[in-house]
Amino acid sequence: MSEPFEPKIVAFVCTYCTYAGADLAGTSRLKYAPNVRIVRLPCTGRISPMFILKALQKGADSVLVSGCHPGDCHFTAGNYHARRRWTVFRALLSFTGIPEERIRFSWVSAAEGAKFAEMINEITEQTRKLGPFTQYQELQKVIETQSSY
Amino acid sequence: MAKIGVFVCHCGENIASKVDTGILVKSLSDHPGVEICQEYKYFCSDPGQETVKRAIREHNLTGVVVAACSPRMHETTFRKACAEAGLNPYMLELANIREQCSWVHSEKDQATSKAIEITRSLVEKVKRNNELKPISVPVTRRALVIGGGIAGIQAALDIAGAGREVVLVEREPSIGGHMSQLSETFPTLDCSQCILTPRMVEAIQHPKITVMTYSEVEEVDGYIGNFTVKIRTKARYVDMSKCTGCGDCIQKCPVKKISNEFELGLSNRTAIYTPFAQAVPNVPVIDKSRCTYFKNGKCKICEKSCQIDAIDFEQQESVETIEFGAIVVATGFQIQDTSVYGEYGYGKYKDVITGLHFERLASASGPTAGKIQRPSDGKEPETVVFIQCAGSRDPSKGVKYCSKICCMYTAKHAMLYAHKHHGSNSKIFYMDIRAAGKGYDEFTRRAIEEDEADYLRGRVSKVFEENGKLIVRGVDTLLGKPVEVAADMVVLATAMTPQPDAKQFAKRIGIGYDEYGFFNEAHLKLRPVETAKAGIYLCGACQSPKDIPDSVSQASAAAAKVLGLFSREQLEREPVVAAVGEATCAGCWGCVYACPYNAIEQKDIRDRNGNLVKQVASVNPGLCQGCGTCVTFCRSNSIDLAGFTEKQIFAEVMAL
Repeated sequence: MSEPFEPKIVAFVCTYCTYAGADLAGTSRLKYAPNVRIVRLPCTGRISPMFILKALQKGADSVLVSGCHPGDCHFTAGNYHARRRWTVFRALLSFTGIPEERIRFSWVSAAEGAKFAEMINEITEQTRKLGPFTQYQELQKVIETQSSY
Repeated sequence: MAKIGVFVCHCGENIASKVDTGILVKSLSDHPGVEICQEYKYFCSDPGQETVKRAIREHNLTGVVVAACSPRMHETTFRKACAEAGLNPYMLELANIREQCSWVHSEKDQATSKAIEITRSLVEKVKRNNELKPISVPVTRRALVIGGGIAGIQAALDIAGAGREVVLVEREPSIGGHMSQLSETFPTLDCSQCILTPRMVEAIQHPKITVMTYSEVEEVDGYIGNFTVKIRTKARYVDMSKCTGCGDCIQKCPVKKISNEFELGLSNRTAIYTPFAQAVPNVPVIDKSRCTYFKNGKCKICEKSCQIDAIDFEQQESVETIEFGAIVVATGFQIQDTSVYGEYGYGKYKDVITGLHFERLASASGPTAGKIQRPSDGKEPETVVFIQCAGSRDPSKGVKYCSKICCMYTAKHAMLYAHKHHGSNSKIFYMDIRAAGKGYDEFTRRAIEEDEADYLRGRVSKVFEENGKLIVRGVDTLLGKPVEVAADMVVLATAMTPQPDAKQFAKRIGIGYDEYGFFNEAHLKLRPVETAKAGIYLCGACQSPKDIPDSVSQASAAAAKVLGLFSREQLEREPVVAAVGEATCAGCWGCVYACPYNAIEQKDIRDRNGNLVKQVASVNPGLCQGCGTCVTFCRSNSIDLAGFTEKQIFAEVMAL
């Protein structure tokens, strides 16, 4: 393939902090890589590991989950639940063979527009180096060939 | 059959310069379910909104996606437009192709393909939106104020002044709080009781305020607009409807040697007593634990001396359950027990006292009629040493925080002492002088320049007795020398701490507290008088150490919040709330645990005969704030969040 690989990154963010931070990056006209697709949720507490897996299944090369800093959750405790879920989910990821570097967890507040932009650029570059996430497609192929028996 | 309208805004040049809107419109027009796709320069403008409304009506649209700026900008604008066109306002989504696309990317083709993906994913989401109605919660327009100090009184007066009913609950026999113990108040040197007692009388005489003293809040149930509160009133053994406050019973009571709590032990009281002479209500209380009649059945002198038969030894305590729409917490503070600092000698030497003791000594209605006298021998001290930060700003033995008022009241004490005892000498050991309020710094300068208070910057290491004097050993860091002062009295500026039962109280009513026991506000800067529990507000020193001006301001702020809540009969809330599918709920209570607002209850499901079939979770739409933590918690996928349902989010992700 002669086209350079353009990673696809899906970001699940909370409305009150990271989404607002991304908006601030926009208002400040900061430039970052166009590879990210943001899905808005009320709180990181709403983010289910299922969403992350679905995103990877549907072609994302990297997933980002980002919310309010600990102690600052607009809904008091949602980000704590998200963090605990992430700790357990991370162990499950390595068990299933999905490299942990494909999924990033971060805290970006509504004032951190620059941090958001920087983070997207960093993740894009890191994912570019990691290459496309093909494990789902490969698994799909294996299943298809096996089911022909 | 979905009929989605997609409206691509140019936002002047803001979007159009970096996103090819023509390609975007063409791409979305071909997307399944999209009935119409239009572009315009400024959709948020009047003609823009008219275009959207016309399209909704003409094409019978079932959902709308506006590809424009951030939803945080114009979601409300377009929701209103939809509603006006006859479409449920929650069938709208905003695709952010400005702040998160055209403004942050430089390559037009990349920005355009991203804009297409974003818009497409939101079309898929909106196809699964549900028609939501704002939730109406009825509001009982009666407020409960817990705590009858200056903050509670102010809040009660403000709420009642607007015509709303208030019940003011105070656990002491009289309202007034700590402010009634002060002599003069900074920075004006107003006599504390002179400015407080008119407020106290106004509160008790106000037709809209019911003052319940010697009472405590026992249980709080319910939610915003609909609280059910149990209040227990202790037995005074005096009939409040008969008592005239003549004081004969107090005069005649033979038990006279009980340490007076209001005077901090500087004088005594009787078994039947009012806490202080200006008590409101001016009805005495019998201290059951010290009364001769209650202990061994004899005496009853008070009953005999009462001319109108107001003493009632058979009086029982009573419990009342009242409905309220809002609760204001104004439970105030206490001072730290400084005997933990053995080096200061508090508790060991009678003449080492706290700032509050000094207030009682300086007070015209106090145990010494305003004369500063040593508690040990009643002599007037020649040299008084004040020690600031005796407990505050000390992570090792005291509290970490600054108690805010001590620099001011120590300066005040030094000034009062100089006014009362000319030619006297006061020395103040300090770390900093925190005098940031209006007129505050000028006030402390007066203490230094006019009233000759000697400020020594340094800490005190030891206070000990020698030859009848209290030797205060410390350091003057500005001179760089150790210092020893032979004092006649030492006054400690103690730390301001929450009430001893603050944490239990907070748990009882369902609000949060910090590591010290101060109650948690919803947001320290932007929502300082609300708590995380909707309908419960905070004011005064129970939230953090503060002085009288700030307590009064906060009280009025809390009252304003309450009046805002009471401004309508029904409370309309955003319907982005969770709901439980009772068929699949297993009653594991994971969601109950996860909810930071305690908005999920346990509900009984019964059959026609009333037998319990199972218990399920039930979301209170009046309390739910729509965070969705419960949804992710649910093991059986039985709970979902309107506006961000599982179907909606998966559709959004799948379309990316």
